[in-house]
Amino acid sequence: MSDPIRTLTAGLLACQTCGLVSRRVPDGRPSYCSRCATKLHERLPRSAENALAWLIAAVILYIPSNLLPVMYVSGIGGGQESTILEGVLSFWRGGDWPIALVIFIASVAVPATKFLAIGLIVWTLYRKSNWARRQRTALYRLVELIGYWSMLDVVVVALTSALLQFEGIGAAEPRLGIVFFCAVVVATMISALSLDSRLIWDNGAHQ
Amino acid sequence: MPSLIWLVPAAAVVIGLSLVVNAWVTAGPRITIGFQTAQGLEVGKTLVKHRNVTIGQVTAISLSKDGNHVLVSAELLKSARSLLTSDAQFWVVRPRVGIGWASGLETLLSGSYIAVEAGDAATKRTEFVGVENPPPLTHGVLGKSVLLHAADVGSLALGAPVYFRHFEVGHVIDRKIDAGGNGARVVLFIDAPYDVLVTRATRFWNAGGIDLALRADGFKLRTQSLASVLAGGLAFDTAPNAQDVGPVASGAEFTLFDDQEAAMAPPAGDPRYVRMRFERSLRGLSVGAPVEFVGVNIGQVFAVDLDYDEAAKSFPVIVTARIYPRRMGKAYLVLEQNGTATNEEKTARLVEQLVARGLRAQPRTGNLLTGQLYIALDFISGARPVRFAANSQTLEIPTVPGGTQELQQKLAAVVAKIDRLPINEIGRQLHADLVDLDQTIGDFRTQVLPAGTASMQSLRTTLDRVNDTLADDASWRERVDQTLDEARRTLQSLRSLTDYLDRHPEAVLRGRHPSQPPVGEKSAPVASGPQ
Repeated sequence: MSDPIRTLTAGLLACQTCGLVSRRVPDGRPSYCSRCATKLHERLPRSAENALAWLIAAVILYIPSNLLPVMYVSGIGGGQESTILEGVLSFWRGGDWPIALVIFIASVAVPATKFLAIGLIVWTLYRKSNWARRQRTALYRLVELIGYWSMLDVVVVALTSALLQFEGIGAAEPRLGIVFFCAVVVATMISALSLDSRLIWDNGAHQ
Repeated sequence: MPSLIWLVPAAAVVIGLSLVVNAWVTAGPRITIGFQTAQGLEVGKTLVKHRNVTIGQVTAISLSKDGNHVLVSAELLKSARSLLTSDAQFWVVRPRVGIGWASGLETLLSGSYIAVEAGDAATKRTEFVGVENPPPLTHGVLGKSVLLHAADVGSLALGAPVYFRHFEVGHVIDRKIDAGGNGARVVLFIDAPYDVLVTRATRFWNAGGIDLALRADGFKLRTQSLASVLAGGLAFDTAPNAQDVGPVASGAEFTLFDDQEAAMAPPAGDPRYVRMRFERSLRGLSVGAPVEFVGVNIGQVFAVDLDYDEAAKSFPVIVTARIYPRRMGKAYLVLEQNGTATNEEKTARLVEQLVARGLRAQPRTGNLLTGQLYIALDFISGARPVRFAANSQTLEIPTVPGGTQELQQKLAAVVAKIDRLPINEIGRQLHADLVDLDQTIGDFRTQVLPAGTASMQSLRTTLDRVNDTLADDASWRERVDQTLDEARRTLQSLRSLTDYLDRHPEAVLRGRHPSQPPVGEKSAPVASGPQ
């Protein structure tokens, strides 16, 4: 079977924003989409590098987001700060295991999955390997799909802090941990956005 | 050149490191406190507070190695490092209730917490042993502490108030039994600025409860405050006529008196012991009963003993009394001035003179209700002279029986007299007289009465008859009437006869003239001669 036609070799570029396929401007000058004027790239520049950088930042920021408390709840008997895992445990012990499960998935499972997935893709890109390309693409789609669901925990903290304000009886306040967690989610999302999944199929021809 | 995108993870690293460094730098001391129980303490929740400001939190609770107590680990703020002196005290604030006070009730809602009170020591440490009760004294409070010696603590609880003229100026901070077991020590703390009121002339007394006195001038009831009635309390004041009113340092020692009278009384001076021997029973005399000299209380009974007199086969009572000659007041000063009361020999001689003048010890009733006795040293007139041994260590004062005993003797005499009355004789005589009387009455009834009755009856009959006789319709009265009528007529006619004769004296001879109406008939008045 002959190789399929590739736009790279055919001198065609697809616009990332509106999808219009245009002819590449010769002489190495930058090309712009004739419809939406977005700069056209064959592949996202320094895709793997950017993705890796953001991934590393996300992993580093993940540590304080778990160690620092994310919320402070005060009642009549005093107040208590809790981290993400402590919150999960308190929900679980309190009998609210569906909520505990949801928060665990959103705050621990999903970021971990993203770290591993993006990390794997970047590593294989650097290794220029052809291993499991279809599966890697599927993995990338998964990452894109679940990416923003991690913000669930941030929304939970925000809503709780806004609603649980009873004068004298109880109040809830966010703490620094949730900011770091938000940064982690944003970083992984940017990392995923920076990663051009077409590189998986390039056999190392383009970086 | 690597792209600028690597600043992003670099920034993340920097932020992470800064957090770590910040946490490490601001970390405060970690301490371990040993408590008897971890009741009310929760890891990660219980706070450590100083003057109600949170300075730390409990991080771990575990049992000690020997399982006898609990080790509580806490992490404190850096600023709390200055509190961790060697004598700092930690205690758990829980609800505590005593008589007249309650503390820590807010912890029912907010949960117990550990409170800390710093000390004065220069060294610091991180391992402490907690105290089970909050210390009574707050560190740094101005004032003075005072140590009192007392026979017993009475009803003084920790925290009992101390009053000066009914102002609360301090409280009890400690009380313990003396080392030798004879008495107690109470430590008070008098707050500034009232601590200057405590001078060398200050007297302390137990003012708790209710002070009741039934005296000659009436019933007196004294209390300090409701709190002191319930929880006990102390009061103090300056002794009257005191010369030395210099200030005292913290920790000065005083004696605790039982009540205000005892505290304010002039100092008693050295005691002397006297012995008295009573022949009769002294029921009602108890140890501690007062001894009075001419009405002034100069001491108390120290011991009451029974002795056996072989010769008289009786059990006299030996009473030992402790007297304070100084309580005689001015008399003592006067005696001291002319040198008769200064030492034992002179005192003995003085007492000898007094005894020669009639000084005796006599038991008297102090309280009619309870029958309590007291010993009165008084001059008894007509007392039998006794020999006085002035050289014995314990002066022996001669005695006379008590006033009640005389009363008893008199009563006994009266009873004896009553006893001697010939009651039997009188009874017998009375009996005989009664028998006689009985007989007389019987005679009277059987003999005199019927006769009397009969006489009465005949008398009545007589009276009836008299009544009849004198009645209006009695026949003899009629006859009498008739007779009287006839008599009257007769007399009338006689009179007219005499009248006629008076006018016609010749009628005696001649008879009546036929013109003349017959004698006795009324004639028409005729003017006639003198009649």
